[in-house]
Amino acid sequence: MTWVGRAIRRVEDPALITGQGRFTGDLQAAHWVRFVRSTVAAGKLTGVYAPKGVTMITAADLKGVKKITPMLHKFGYKPVGQPALAEDFVRFTGEPVAAVVAASEEQAEDIADQVGLSIDETKSVIDARAALAAGAPQIHPEATGNIIIEGKFTTPGFDAAWNDANKIVRVEARSRRQNATPMEPRGAHAYHDASTGRVTLTCTTQMPHLTRTAICDVLGFPESDLRVIAPDVGGGFGQKMSLAGEYVVLVWLARKLKSSVAWTEDRRENLIAAFHSRDQYITLEGAFDANARLVALKADIISNVGAYSCYPTTCGVEPLMAMAEMPGPYDVQQYSCLARGVMTNTCTMAPYRGVSRPVITFVLERLMDKAARALAIDPVDIRRRNLIATFPYRSAMGLEYDEASYKETLEIAVKAVDLPAFRKRQREARAKSRYLGIGFATFSERTGYGSSAFAARGMEITPGWETVIVSVDPSGFVEARIGSSPHGQGLRTTLAQIIADEVGVTPEMIRIVHGDTDRAPYGWGTFASRSLVISGGATLIAAQKIRAKLIKIASHILEAAPDDIVLADGAAKVAGTDRTIPIAKLAREAYTQTYRFKGEIEPGLSEAGHYDPPGTFSNACHVAIVDVDVETGHVKVEKFIVAEDAGRIINPMIADGQVHGGIAQGIGNALLEEIIYDENGGILTATLADYLPPTAHEIPPIELHHIETPSPNSLTGAKGLGEGGCIGAPAAVVNAINDALSPFSVEIDEIPATPQRIRAALRNAGKAA
Amino acid sequence: MNQKTSITLTINGRDYTIAVEPRRTLADAIRDDCGQTGTHIGCEHGVCGACTIIVGDEPVRSCLMFAVQADGKKIRTVEGLADGGQLHPMQQAFMDHHGLQCGFCTPGFLMLAVGVLEREPAISDDELLDVLSSNLCRCTGYQNIIKAVRAAAKEMRKG
Repeated sequence: MTWVGRAIRRVEDPALITGQGRFTGDLQAAHWVRFVRSTVAAGKLTGVYAPKGVTMITAADLKGVKKITPMLHKFGYKPVGQPALAEDFVRFTGEPVAAVVAASEEQAEDIADQVGLSIDETKSVIDARAALAAGAPQIHPEATGNIIIEGKFTTPGFDAAWNDANKIVRVEARSRRQNATPMEPRGAHAYHDASTGRVTLTCTTQMPHLTRTAICDVLGFPESDLRVIAPDVGGGFGQKMSLAGEYVVLVWLARKLKSSVAWTEDRRENLIAAFHSRDQYITLEGAFDANARLVALKADIISNVGAYSCYPTTCGVEPLMAMAEMPGPYDVQQYSCLARGVMTNTCTMAPYRGVSRPVITFVLERLMDKAARALAIDPVDIRRRNLIATFPYRSAMGLEYDEASYKETLEIAVKAVDLPAFRKRQREARAKSRYLGIGFATFSERTGYGSSAFAARGMEITPGWETVIVSVDPSGFVEARIGSSPHGQGLRTTLAQIIADEVGVTPEMIRIVHGDTDRAPYGWGTFASRSLVISGGATLIAAQKIRAKLIKIASHILEAAPDDIVLADGAAKVAGTDRTIPIAKLAREAYTQTYRFKGEIEPGLSEAGHYDPPGTFSNACHVAIVDVDVETGHVKVEKFIVAEDAGRIINPMIADGQVHGGIAQGIGNALLEEIIYDENGGILTATLADYLPPTAHEIPPIELHHIETPSPNSLTGAKGLGEGGCIGAPAAVVNAINDALSPFSVEIDEIPATPQRIRAALRNAGKAA
Repeated sequence: MNQKTSITLTINGRDYTIAVEPRRTLADAIRDDCGQTGTHIGCEHGVCGACTIIVGDEPVRSCLMFAVQADGKKIRTVEGLADGGQLHPMQQAFMDHHGLQCGFCTPGFLMLAVGVLEREPAISDDELLDVLSSNLCRCTGYQNIIKAVRAAAKEMRKG
């Protein structure tokens, strides 16, 4: 019996369901901080006025603190620094300007309300296209024309393929701005220990080690003097991987006050200032030959990156990922792309689950549906003709796709949905003025990015590898210390399953330690569907070393050949005999009886594994069935079908949970969620009554089908699947809406497809007709 | 407004006599004054439901109630859901059906579902969906929460 592949219950759950989870906001502090934030989108800061006798710090107090300045050595990137507190200028509504310190949260809030800001408001620019126009206000002098990064790429044969094409199909798409909206907003607690001079920062981060590196870089003190703890973290989805300037201020204050100081972000702050994403314009054109084969693809990507550049990925992450991965699952060798990151007076962009792929998949899948209509073939058929089918496949930009199942997943989904039956139901419904639609999205999900992938992007900091240290203590319990930093993904369970199979103990005997820079080896945290692939691979390597050592010790003690030793059920056995010894006893001997090994075996039982994979591609086909009310513009998603291939599945229950959660976020992206600025840069969506994550009502039953194509690029065979749900869902849902509305000649190429937008499109179509 | 009032909150059968400002929310009082941090705060404006607890026999959003309004009332929070070492059927069902991921919204969902099912054991699936739509979860996509609550409802009816 093996543990891998089984839907065992999660080891994370008992604490979380009994109220014993430990989150950052549970800690008490001697001092509480409230940030005073800019009330305007752009202006010169001329004064900050606090009532007498209160403790408040501004940029003037932070002399010597460096600006947060992530770096990219490619595509003309202009390094733009962000001060932890605004210096001479404010650049977006919500930018931290001052920090008020008081004995309680309430007092800090009361004082912050009395702080006056003197700002000479200047003209702001909110929209990326407006920011590119001549004469637009300049956000940073370094980024001329507000362009902070510009990627250009064209294959040599592009023009010829383009000119020879049978049909050019074009889509002008708009993806509105989103906020990842973890249920736990950000927060931090910094504590100065007088006896050692060290500071312990507990914060809601996905990257504890890099948080330590970044803060020590900007404050200028040794990393050994800062311990960063990520306790239970209430969701991240990328928002908590980027460095919060607020955390820099907290550590600075703890060192200054030689005490403990805490900050809990409220929901309004989270919605206006805790990183946004997906604000893009993409124009995509496809050139098709007479057989509906996509022969060339041309993209113009404009990504609104906001007022600063997020650390560590930089704001290149959206435009560059869109450029590199735009061709998606389709075999197209001629490609031309212009991708620009454009600065505006809005909250800074940072990665959010899927990063650019929900947007590029939406655009590409709209293109395929439009092409199918223009070429008078079925939407399924056009995908069949164009999906990648031979592996390894090298994309136009040089990405190497490992073995996957693009066509197979499409066929499984088509079969599951029973397309002829749906079309019949759709016709019958239309006869009664009810508009049903079906939408497909096929896509690739690049996961397990190794350091080479980040280096190719030109990042100064190239995450990618992971280290795992597996130890068996003298009592026989196993501990794995990992550099990843899970926060809901169930990684403690899945890694324990991997170790259990190697070491021959049950998962209850294994503790996974993460989220504490004093306890875990340096690592990059949890993001980009990487942890099970990379930490999983490193775990396997370390566990195999432990296994080898246990066998060596057992062969000494049992006086048998190593090849005859079997580890299972908590014991080492000599195959075919009744000679056996508990693993706990072997572990004890490894520490306490080392003289018996005559120097042939090193003392102790602790091994490290390192893994830095080349990266892999998961894939899936999503199908949405929707019911559109043409009177109100309301969309009900009736059903959602997924055929998914993420390689080897370690825990099917957890894998399905990741897909479900991603799809819910994707449906939110497709229909509901939008951060809206007014023309002056004020945010109109600063509560959860205005910014609308989906509820249980909006999420339909989800039918999942898995196939497992193991990857040679992943040691465990597992590919990542954390992001796929939200990558495919917006495209599938909006394609379904367009299918439903096809009798009206309506084209919806904007997300979210809100009732207002659907009604406006129907009204305009009515006028045209 | 800063004048403190002495009140007693009975949380999971234990009395906590605390002094709070009239403006202090029940959520803050439970967490900070009584040290019961299992109840979480997600929005402080009554939308997300992470802070849902049971006051008397009603599930309420503790960020929308002042602590002084709960003076003398019986309060149940997630810490009191299990009976000693025996998990409540709702807790067991959330584990069995993978109804949680990060676990931040979970206490609110547990208390909401328990409160409603104690009041209306025979609630229909559709009505249950309406009730569960009053809280937000960002991780699970809700399908497993719905499954878990339906399974627990069956168990609770067996009771």
